[in-house]
Amino acid sequence: MDGSTTPGTEAGIVTEAPVIEAKKLSLTFQTNDGPVHALKDVNLRVDQGDFVSFIGPSGCGKTTLLRAIAALEQPTSGTLTVNGLSPDEARKARAYGYVFQAAGLYPWRTIAGNIRLPLEIMGYARSDMEDRVNKVLQLVDLEGFGKKYPWQLSGGMQQRASIARALAFDADILLMDEPFGALDEIVRDRLNEELLSLWDRTGKTIGFVTHSIPEAVYLSTKIVVMSPRPGRITDVIDSPLPKERPLDIRDTAEFIDVAHRVREGLRAGHGDDL
Amino acid sequence: MSLTLPNRTVLLAGMALIVLGGVLDWRLGLVLAVWLGLWALNAAISESGAAWARYVVPVLFGLALILLWELAVTLFNVPLVILPAPSAIAAKIAGTTDLLWQDFVQTFVMGALSGYALGCAAAVLVAVLVDRSTFLQRGVLPVGNFMAALPIVGTAPIFVMWYGFGWQSKAAVVFTMVFFPMLVNTVAGLKEASAMQKDLMRTYAAGYWQTLIRLRLPAAMPFIFNGLKISSTLALIGAIVAEFFGSPIVGMGFRISTSVGQLALDMVWAEIAVAALAGSLFYGAVALVERWVTFWHPSQRR
Amino acid sequence: MWRTGCARGCARGMGTTCEGTSAKRMARVGKTYGTLYGTRRGDRVSDTSISAPGAAVGRSARVALAGFASGVLPVLTVVAAILALWYAACVPMNIHGTVNLARQHGFEAMPTTRGERRDMGAFALIAANPVAIAFTWSEDKPRLPAPHQVVSELWVSTVSVAPTDKRSLVFHAWATLSATLVGFVIGTGLGILLAVGIVHNRAMDMSVMPWAIASQTIPILAIAPMVVVVLASVGLTGLLPKALISAYLSFFPVVVGMVKGLRSPDAMQLDLLKTYYASKTQTFWKLRLPASMPYLFASLKIGAAASLVGAIVGELPSGGGQGLGARLLAGSYYGQTIQIWSALFMAAIVAASVVGIIGAVERVTLRRMGMRT
Repeated sequence: MDGSTTPGTEAGIVTEAPVIEAKKLSLTFQTNDGPVHALKDVNLRVDQGDFVSFIGPSGCGKTTLLRAIAALEQPTSGTLTVNGLSPDEARKARAYGYVFQAAGLYPWRTIAGNIRLPLEIMGYARSDMEDRVNKVLQLVDLEGFGKKYPWQLSGGMQQRASIARALAFDADILLMDEPFGALDEIVRDRLNEELLSLWDRTGKTIGFVTHSIPEAVYLSTKIVVMSPRPGRITDVIDSPLPKERPLDIRDTAEFIDVAHRVREGLRAGHGDDL
Repeated sequence: MSLTLPNRTVLLAGMALIVLGGVLDWRLGLVLAVWLGLWALNAAISESGAAWARYVVPVLFGLALILLWELAVTLFNVPLVILPAPSAIAAKIAGTTDLLWQDFVQTFVMGALSGYALGCAAAVLVAVLVDRSTFLQRGVLPVGNFMAALPIVGTAPIFVMWYGFGWQSKAAVVFTMVFFPMLVNTVAGLKEASAMQKDLMRTYAAGYWQTLIRLRLPAAMPFIFNGLKISSTLALIGAIVAEFFGSPIVGMGFRISTSVGQLALDMVWAEIAVAALAGSLFYGAVALVERWVTFWHPSQRR
Repeated sequence: MWRTGCARGCARGMGTTCEGTSAKRMARVGKTYGTLYGTRRGDRVSDTSISAPGAAVGRSARVALAGFASGVLPVLTVVAAILALWYAACVPMNIHGTVNLARQHGFEAMPTTRGERRDMGAFALIAANPVAIAFTWSEDKPRLPAPHQVVSELWVSTVSVAPTDKRSLVFHAWATLSATLVGFVIGTGLGILLAVGIVHNRAMDMSVMPWAIASQTIPILAIAPMVVVVLASVGLTGLLPKALISAYLSFFPVVVGMVKGLRSPDAMQLDLLKTYYASKTQTFWKLRLPASMPYLFASLKIGAAASLVGAIVGELPSGGGQGLGARLLAGSYYGQTIQIWSALFMAAIVAASVVGIIGAVERVTLRRMGMRT
């Protein structure tokens, strides 16, 4: 874990190379009903230590963008670099951890076994694996649950284990695709808090897809508002909120302002295609 | 725990039936009385909701069946060449254990088991090989489905012609019978890992073999064991029926067909009893291993 | 089957998937959550019906149909590969007999003595007598008939001979098929009745179900010869004994499958009917029976294949009789290999046709009921 640089939220005064950079990125799917423009001319810059949320209605391309960054989809034109490499090279260099909508834990492995999965694949030493598993279980507050099986855990705990799995190996980037979407609000609030504290402690760059406005505003340093047909960015908001965010910051005026701005961005995106 | 009597109409109807039967023939009345009495007992136990009822009721049912069988055969003097009594069959089993054991080894151990092991292993291997190419999969799966529906026992005379009367031809029949269902199940199982899981493996830059061993094979286990269970029953059937087409002087199928020819039906039933025992134990053993391997699957967790 | 069904029960009938987002989201959630942690889909895996003979054509129909849909080409390729291997295999299998035969017709065979030839391996013999290769595909009584020989024998015994002639395969196929169909219908009918009884009566459920499940592990086919002989001694021959065997073989798969099907509606659906104060009969006709259709068809396919095998095996004890089993036996007694193969192929065609017809009926029925396979 590095944790050296502060999140570069001052607009335009960042001098280090961006962690993720997209220039006129386009992605078109060929379907039976004709081409679907999932992404059109997307320009984006994510710096080291940013917490970027992608928000928008269904079909706006936010998941597609995240998957393109993860080299799970191939762009049709434009450029996309991750850590200065092409997304696929970054993937092979194991530059990021990915958290899906569902926990997707292997039911035949214990929680500790699940966290060990990427470590085994990437060839970490056995003693190293032990250390990492313990450290990461602590991070997500699942100490003592290492020997349990996934079905013995609640949905929230499974998702925490999935996040732990993504943190176990050394990757500077964490990509999360609506990880809390299927959980109830109370659990979600708690996990949001924990995620923020995790981000603070590890200093990773996080890309987070959501369609909840409060969640996006609460978590991020930068909010990317997207709209569908074709998928594009309508607004990039650098959040003025301080780094320390207790849950009741959601009732403050600044929070509501930012949320309002996000909502305007979403509405603008929708209004375009009437 | 309380046993409830059947309601009054049912009770009266039952008694009327017994009396009617008794009037026609006292033996019929007796058999009916025993049957309906045991049925009422069974019904009462099942309704009682006791925990042990689950085990007692089917056992009671089976015993009742055997009891009625014995009663009917003895009372009505049914000839041995039509239907032997359970006591006669038990006596035969006791009297010919070594012969039964020889037949068992020939048919089950040498014929069925070897064909089963080879066939299932070959099917899993072919499934893994076919898995690498979607084109091959799309060709092999329909053909495999088709072959699994065919009366493969019909290949028995062909294999007997090629491999002679010994256990090898029976193993060959079993191999063919077991191969296709196992292949179809394994291919279906290898498809089980969801797209999301495969994406996760891609994010780890895991290679094909790593993904196969860590994700897809474990995820395929429920399907593979389903195939193994089906194949276990097919294996024994294949071995026995294959012996109907030609066999040395030992083997379950051989014994059944020759005893049928001699009308020694008690021997036939003795062999069938051994076959039934072997079949259910084999299946049970596979199910036990399945329990251990796929402990995580919802169908195994209560 | 009912994974994404709407609780509202559209006009088209319960179990349809409505076009609304709720169903789509449920499907998406189901796909991501449901597979490894398997809910109903996982349950269905462990029953024995996935790929016993014939079942897979419908039970994994998605898999099989996808194969056909995305190109007949892969299938044709595999079939062509099998045919090529078959022709290639004929050569080493038949070479010994062919060389002997060729010598009788005056060709020079290497090595010259019969004894030496017998002791030589097949491939060595091929190398020594390459001329004989072409003849391996046209022997009279080959160890492995070539595909065209089987096809021509099939043609001769089906098309060139009148169906009523004893030499016609159609005649024999019908003898077997008629017994199969009678037995199958009886077995299925009784099986469905017993299944209904099991689902509605706890005593029957607890007594009979364990035995029904256990019976699937018992090689029932072994009693076929005995049944035929016993019934013959009481004077019942011909179609009836075979039909009884077929009935018995299709009985238990249908019972087990139907019970699973009749019990398949989920708690939510049953609760809904309870709120309507529906009687058991109403629940049966409106909910349980329609819900059991996919399971019924899956067991019908297994039952049909099993019934056919039962009828074939039932023909073995009587020898010299009619039917495909009798033809197989006769062929093996007289060493008529091509006859064996053509009878086997005929049996395969009959089995495939029966299972195929059931599959077609299944697709039509399920589509009309709004359930997609």
